[in-house]
Amino acid sequence: MTDSTTGPDQFTGPTPDNALRDADGEARADGPMLAADGTPLKRSLNRALRAQKLRALGLIAPLLIFILVTFIAPIADMLFRSVENQIVSETLPRTVAALDDWDGEGVPGDAAFEALAYDLTIAAEEKNHTRLGSRLNYETTGISSLFRKSGRGVDDIGEVHADAFADLDPLWEEAETWLALMSSEDYIADEAVWRAAKDGTLPPAFELRDGVATALPRTADIFAEFARVIRIEDEDSPATEEPWNIVYRALWSDLRDNPDAAQAFAGGNADLVAAAAAAVPDFPDEDIRAAFLDIDEDWDDHDVWGTIEAFSSTYTSGYFLAAADFQLTPDGIERQPEDQQIYGLLFQRTLFMSLTIMVSCILLGYPIAFLLSNLPLRTSNVLLILVLLPFWTSLLVRTSAWKVLLQQQGVINDTLVWLGLVSDANRLELINNQTGTIIAMTHILLPFMILPLYSVMKTIPPYYVRAAKSLGATDWTAFWRVYFPQSVPGIGAGCILVFILSIGYYITPELVGGTTGTFISNRIAYHISSSLNWGLAAALGSILLAVVLLLYWVYDRIVGIDNVSLG
Amino acid sequence: MTDSTAASAVEGFDWRPLATLVLVGLVFGALVGNAGGVALLGALAGAVQGAATWAVLDRLVPGNRLIGRLIAAALGLVVGLALSGATGAALGTVGGVILGWLHYWIARQGYRSGLPPYASTGQVIWHNTFLFICGAIFFFLIAPILTIIPLSFNAEDFFTFTPEMLAFDPEGYSLKHYRDFFTNPDWQQPMWNSIKIAPMATLLSVSLGTLAAVGLSQSHVPFRRAIMAILISPMIVPLIISAAGMYFFYSRVGLQGTYLGVVLAHAALGIPFVIITVTATLVGFDRSLTRASANMGAGPVRTFFKIQMPLILPGVISGGLFAFITSFDEVVVVLFVGSAGQKTLPWQMFTGLREQISPTILAVATILVVISIALLTTVELLRRRSERLRGMSPG
Repeated sequence: MTDSTTGPDQFTGPTPDNALRDADGEARADGPMLAADGTPLKRSLNRALRAQKLRALGLIAPLLIFILVTFIAPIADMLFRSVENQIVSETLPRTVAALDDWDGEGVPGDAAFEALAYDLTIAAEEKNHTRLGSRLNYETTGISSLFRKSGRGVDDIGEVHADAFADLDPLWEEAETWLALMSSEDYIADEAVWRAAKDGTLPPAFELRDGVATALPRTADIFAEFARVIRIEDEDSPATEEPWNIVYRALWSDLRDNPDAAQAFAGGNADLVAAAAAAVPDFPDEDIRAAFLDIDEDWDDHDVWGTIEAFSSTYTSGYFLAAADFQLTPDGIERQPEDQQIYGLLFQRTLFMSLTIMVSCILLGYPIAFLLSNLPLRTSNVLLILVLLPFWTSLLVRTSAWKVLLQQQGVINDTLVWLGLVSDANRLELINNQTGTIIAMTHILLPFMILPLYSVMKTIPPYYVRAAKSLGATDWTAFWRVYFPQSVPGIGAGCILVFILSIGYYITPELVGGTTGTFISNRIAYHISSSLNWGLAAALGSILLAVVLLLYWVYDRIVGIDNVSLG
Repeated sequence: MTDSTAASAVEGFDWRPLATLVLVGLVFGALVGNAGGVALLGALAGAVQGAATWAVLDRLVPGNRLIGRLIAAALGLVVGLALSGATGAALGTVGGVILGWLHYWIARQGYRSGLPPYASTGQVIWHNTFLFICGAIFFFLIAPILTIIPLSFNAEDFFTFTPEMLAFDPEGYSLKHYRDFFTNPDWQQPMWNSIKIAPMATLLSVSLGTLAAVGLSQSHVPFRRAIMAILISPMIVPLIISAAGMYFFYSRVGLQGTYLGVVLAHAALGIPFVIITVTATLVGFDRSLTRASANMGAGPVRTFFKIQMPLILPGVISGGLFAFITSFDEVVVVLFVGSAGQKTLPWQMFTGLREQISPTILAVATILVVISIALLTTVELLRRRSERLRGMSPG
């Protein structure tokens, strides 16, 4: 892109630039030159220039904002998705914190299992655990079913404690008891108002009682989560439902650690807590680790914990590593097993096929462009229509045409069999493989090679070749040493255009490529719509985008983006 | 008898046309005969037809090419019809036309046209080989599109020519695929969706794009390069990446699966074409016209609509047509950004081709080819008009 076409010095009329220069030159002798209204000419011109710039920007602004919002923002979002990984730390915050102390050997201690019990209960109630499971399943297979199973089983954890509390005092089974114990006076009042109104609105947001969080930290934490989940999932208040079993376990462990917790309460609550604190040492214990192993013995697997730990950070390079056939394991970055290294192969195939298509486009496009540029204008304009018609015809029409022609029972095979060149038993396999993709895409992209080549060849003066021949060059030498070098810019432009277009093609390979003739784009589409591994799709897309932008930059260097001609 | 033939008769018998015609007839006849299992008979018939064509054209009508070619074609028709009915007649006619053309091409040295008289034999051979290669490439470009047109009139649900079609039996042809297209809701709904989406997207990209192109062609635009790169980017970024990004982003903001989402996405894709064509038109725009208009008291808006717009209109329209065809043809983005309610014609064709391949697709394809021919003609006419207005020769 050059500014020369619209540069300020290209105008014959007066421009602010020229005037500014003049004003500079004349400022020396008798003070600054003045404009008609008495302001110095220089300032007045500067103002005019600024107004002109603002007007130009004002005209461009709506479109620029439109493109930024509808196009650039989505691309940025995709780039962001390729590294984003908040799901683990959002769904299992306590576990991730507990894993900080883990040395990475074997399986972490009971603290991590305890934290996992809390996180998983909340996740299972919010139905987030399956999403997390399928996310981690991309990294280590089997985690998806592990999480699904654990989500079902996790509400049994703490049941012994719930029973023990209920045996001690039936009041512990009442939702009201818990409400009175845990929530602030304001919340109790607001909640009563809300319950009386019954107008279908959301209940008020839960508030903890002062001092509970210090006296009974775990209980306060999990009860607040309980209240939040009840409010959002069931649109109800904690006053109507008995807490989850895990809340009893939290209370049990809090009271065991802090027998004086009752001091933080007043009245009936204090008595209740004090009685419970006195009874807690006699309550049965529950081995949290054994409880998890009971649900699924995979929790004893080092890899599961390693995967959770490895993907606990907010951002991950995991998707990019996967896109390059590496994997992030608990023990660092490793190459994927041989039989799962598909992306390297796919990128190679995409590049190889794009190059093949590009070369066949040159081979077919060069003679045509040469012929067109050497014919009289009237004839070449007619022939140009034969090039432009495919260019204007719907991509799907051309792809369906090739599908019809190349099939085993299609027109080409039928003709060959009819002519007896191919026997009926071994009809050529022209479709659903690389051959099909290359033939169809060469046809589709050929106009993109011919048009830039033609526009360059049109400008090559014929007398250089004539001069070469008159100096004794043979036809071949004259072409190869004189004509061809002058047409190289056109080849460059056409090649990059065809290569950029073919490397990101989706529709045609999808329809005629079968399994061996598909491109990286088909894999991206597969991950978006079938495997739902959006992060990996975004990472593959980002790599492809980087390649294309690099080529685009080269194209801009060689041809300039606003020299793209459209027929 | 003209002087030249008299001269050649005196100098000696020109055997080349006869030899070529017999040889070509032999090979063509053998190929066609082979298909029917009678290669020898075919070869014999072909050779006879070649010799007969030569005899008639060289001896009876050496002067009049048109009549000569007609006679050659008729000869082929008769030979073909006699040997194997309607199919044979068609093939025979084709053969006859080729033979007729070949005769004059050789007898009148047509192969030397376009070459200087001193060209050597090697140069002549190379020149004609080159022309033949170019012809083959043009055939490759155009044949696939033309093949589907007769196939769309197939009476059977096949994707290839049936024996009835080859025998030109009216029974072999029907309009049933067109009827299916115009009555089946599976095709009608997508068609209306396309008709609803493409013009809206075009309108959006043309109005915003023209405004911005006018801004971009002013003399002082800060960050012109960067802005241009951003505005052109939807054309450069591979569609699958745009589609993926839009799918993720539009589902975040609730536009995924809505009419508005698809229109916005298509408008974004069409904008580079509008920008490119309109800025190209503005390059040749004479700025003193706007100054003159301002001088006479017109405001910027009035100047734009009365002076600038009529002059750049061809560029705007052809940019709009590009934007229209971009949206009308687009599959990848609508596949991801749209939902079943926004299924467009290309989308339906795509699923049709991938899953239950139905010959109605060929009827749709034929209709689309006709539409693209119309669009191509419009753009070509507009381009020539625009160049005429700018004082450039059409080319």
